[in-house]
Amino acid sequence: MTNLNQTIQDVFNEPGCGKNQNKSEKERKKGCTKQLQPGGAAGGCAFDGAKIALQPITDVAHLVHGPIACEGNSWDNRGAASSGAQTYRTGFTTDMVEHDIVFGGEKHLYKAVKEIITKYDPPAVFVYQTCVPAMIGDDIDAVCKAASEKFGTPCIPINSPGFVGPKNLGNKLAGEALLKHVIGTVEPEYTTPYDINIIGEYNLSGELWQVKPLLDELGIRILSCISGDARYKEVAWSHRAKAAMMVCSKAMINVARKMEERYGIPFFEGSFYGIGDMSDSLREIARLLIERGADPELMDRTEAVIAREEARAWDRIEPYKQRLSGKKVLLITGGVKSWSVVAALQEAGMEIAGTSVKKSTKEDKEKVKKLMGDDAHMFDDLTPREMYRKLKTAEADIMLSGGRSQFIALKAGMPWLDINQERHYAYAGYHGMVELVHEIDRTLSNPMWEQVRARAPWEEEGGESWETRAMAEPETEAAPSVAELSPDEQEAARRATGVCVCKGVNTGTLEDAVHAGCSTLGDVAAATGASTGCGGCAPFVQRIVNRVSRSDGVNVQEAA
Amino acid sequence: MAELIKSGKACTVNPLKMSQPIGGALAYMGMRGAMPLLHGSQGCTSFGLVLFVRHFREAIPLQTTAMSEVATVLGGYENVEQAIINIANKTKPEIIGICSTGVTETKGDDVPGFIQLFRQKHPEYDHIALVYASTPDFKGAFQDGWTKAVTALVEGLVEPRGEGVAIDPARVNILPGCHITPGDIDELRDIFEAFGLVPTFLPDLSGSLDGHIPEDFTPTTLGGTGVDEARAMGRAAWTVAIGKQMRGAAEALERKAGVPFRLFDRLTGLAANDAFISFLSDISGRPVPNKYRRQRGQLVDAMLDGHFHIGGRRVAIGAEPDLLYTVGSFLHEMGAVISAAVTTTSSPMNILLPAEEVLIGDLEDLEARAEDADLLITHSHGRQAAARLHVPFFRMGLPMFDMLGAGHQVSVGYRGTRDLIFAIGNLLMHAHQSHLPTPDTWREYPSALPVPPAQETVQ
Repeated sequence: MTNLNQTIQDVFNEPGCGKNQNKSEKERKKGCTKQLQPGGAAGGCAFDGAKIALQPITDVAHLVHGPIACEGNSWDNRGAASSGAQTYRTGFTTDMVEHDIVFGGEKHLYKAVKEIITKYDPPAVFVYQTCVPAMIGDDIDAVCKAASEKFGTPCIPINSPGFVGPKNLGNKLAGEALLKHVIGTVEPEYTTPYDINIIGEYNLSGELWQVKPLLDELGIRILSCISGDARYKEVAWSHRAKAAMMVCSKAMINVARKMEERYGIPFFEGSFYGIGDMSDSLREIARLLIERGADPELMDRTEAVIAREEARAWDRIEPYKQRLSGKKVLLITGGVKSWSVVAALQEAGMEIAGTSVKKSTKEDKEKVKKLMGDDAHMFDDLTPREMYRKLKTAEADIMLSGGRSQFIALKAGMPWLDINQERHYAYAGYHGMVELVHEIDRTLSNPMWEQVRARAPWEEEGGESWETRAMAEPETEAAPSVAELSPDEQEAARRATGVCVCKGVNTGTLEDAVHAGCSTLGDVAAATGASTGCGGCAPFVQRIVNRVSRSDGVNVQEAA
Repeated sequence: MAELIKSGKACTVNPLKMSQPIGGALAYMGMRGAMPLLHGSQGCTSFGLVLFVRHFREAIPLQTTAMSEVATVLGGYENVEQAIINIANKTKPEIIGICSTGVTETKGDDVPGFIQLFRQKHPEYDHIALVYASTPDFKGAFQDGWTKAVTALVEGLVEPRGEGVAIDPARVNILPGCHITPGDIDELRDIFEAFGLVPTFLPDLSGSLDGHIPEDFTPTTLGGTGVDEARAMGRAAWTVAIGKQMRGAAEALERKAGVPFRLFDRLTGLAANDAFISFLSDISGRPVPNKYRRQRGQLVDAMLDGHFHIGGRRVAIGAEPDLLYTVGSFLHEMGAVISAAVTTTSSPMNILLPAEEVLIGDLEDLEARAEDADLLITHSHGRQAAARLHVPFFRMGLPMFDMLGAGHQVSVGYRGTRDLIFAIGNLLMHAHQSHLPTPDTWREYPSALPVPPAQETVQ
């Protein structure tokens, strides 16, 4: 474990990671992300992160050393696509049982490696450490070393048990394993001045293939993609590339930086999301290659391809642009997508109602700021209720997020699109941008929304629905629990509950206005300003008018 | 009768099995206002969460004590305490259902002791029920986790019938196994109510994971059985347990509150439902409603129509013991041959399956045994094997992440059985139509099938 702790510290000290460099020594020791809160945490563990980062290597057998949960509950659940081998989609696990816990699981692991090599003959076996064997002291490094020697197949220990930290740390620990055991162990058959590495791209839904044909056309060879649609030997000979592009923000910064340090491979951070970003990335690849000795005419050809592809993409987006212009998007994602997708959506004429930067680095946040003018629409964490509220008050027309928060939008009858790893459509490159816009349009223009939002014929108008409560509650949530308040304080808290966000009008003000004689929505709006901003709260103001009028004994129908 | 074999492999390939803690968590999700809590690393929870979201296509309440490496070594009381307090303050649950995991079981955390200490230190949370099941990942399977959590709910919640409190003859407790879908529960509720009975399901996933649009905006479960309803289960006249896995819970309920139980190994199939419906008629003292007389007729007709397509076909099934037994013995009654059967954990049902052998193994084992099968039945992870074997694939069990309406698949009752015959029969019929003989292949057609063994009557 000391070895692992050292690697973790090493990862935290990563000079290429601005976020950690800005921290004090003490803060850095605490680790990469906020301390996890029991009962309030979400997201995957370090093992999950390591598996995400490496599983896209398609011809490798990925063997999870642990009890059934680690592999059995999660295998084959990601959309990384392969152009050939399917071994990576096979679930391998030692499925540790009580006997292993008592007597140690090393022999069991060794036998499992042997079975895999005998039956499947992969070019390498990646062995993932998990919490339970780490606790009982199974030394997977030693087992891998012995197995590699005995069977002549590289067995690579991936030391990233779940409890050492979050997913992001696992990404980096996976990178460390590649640096230590894989990269530089095989020589390519030949090299060209046009060889690049793409680091941190997982080929989800085949996104790499929306980019590769353009690189092929330019004569640029992806010597190695770490790790989307990769073969083991490609990763092993990646040290011979002339330049590298780092795609997924900080997930594998350590790999990119250490390869620069060890093998002199310069890298840049870029994105394939969005037309502008895609073009910038192509230019940067060409520039780095030329710097490393490629023929400068490469830049001319690159510019020609960019001009052609941009024009084509704009042409294809144009018909959508009119329909999507002014539509507001709420982005609940994180990391690199908090800005790379922003640029893409703005290109399609849409506005960003907000973007979450919970998982983003300082640099990510700077980029968001640059793209959106200010940081007013950045938020760290959004409770489900707030997300719902933003959608319902028309601060946003559609939410783009990962699968886990989809139901907040869908149950509220609001459009939603999946942009995380379980997504079924590929959104990279010029073509992917058109695809994303097409998907947003396909979702937003669906006539179904109108019917699912309509109330059932037998439902009463104006009743206190769950929507009203959801709208009314966020302000009280942070306040002390209602039980601890005196009746007067409770009443004050209820009255202080905001209704109109734009004009800052609370429940009490609205009720007073009705008591004072305002009997219609129009009267109340004129008196308080409520619902005169975005107008999204009008139905809720109307309900308060109805409710208070009823209790005041005024006949609403007559008054209206 | 089948011979039980255990796979001797060191490496499990393409797991069929899932772990105990998430089985337990799913059971807790059938309670109203519940927040299941896994005592382990955050990954234990996050994998389960993703799995259920993909299966049910619903928001899933599931929390973690987020054990770090240091906390794991030092022991997890602080994490459990903090998690309960955070959940209580943030989500205001009626019940927090706790499951241990491999990590905390390896350390040996004494969670019942933790809960006791928590109760002493924090009487302000006495209104929240806390239930705990020990579910190490390195033992048993999903079904065992479910069983343990339901038993824990019975042990922790159900109160003995008080002095002078009469038995309510209309009340029936139902303890469904984890293979009973939300759709099945809805179907069963209708059946019970048609006999004038008032059913209480423990747990009740139909209220929480049946895909309805919520009436309230809550981070805990929606619907489900209330803690108060569970406490009052001692007043019922009968308990009905569905699936052998629920025997322990039914016995606990009998011990605790003296409610007698009747266990049905399955509710799929004509004979099985005849027994079930007769039982309901007996305990309710009412004749079988016309609706079910008609449905029985429809099932008989479906069996007549379906036997052409199902009879003699070779079926390979991978499922947890009770589901395997339910589907396997029913298809056997329809004349199918269970040519391969793989399951996850030990159960008295395994050897009762009308097959030659039942293997505790994985989907690699099933694939190897399914080469000559006409139909493959397992959860969605069977898709790779089905594609490689070019065998028609019917999805049953959990997870089903590549189809809509997984929670609404109904296979209980006369109607559920009828629809299951249609679904499987259609699949086989269509597969058959695409393999009709040609002038060149008629000699080999139909492929040489072994003669099915003589039918045993399976109860």
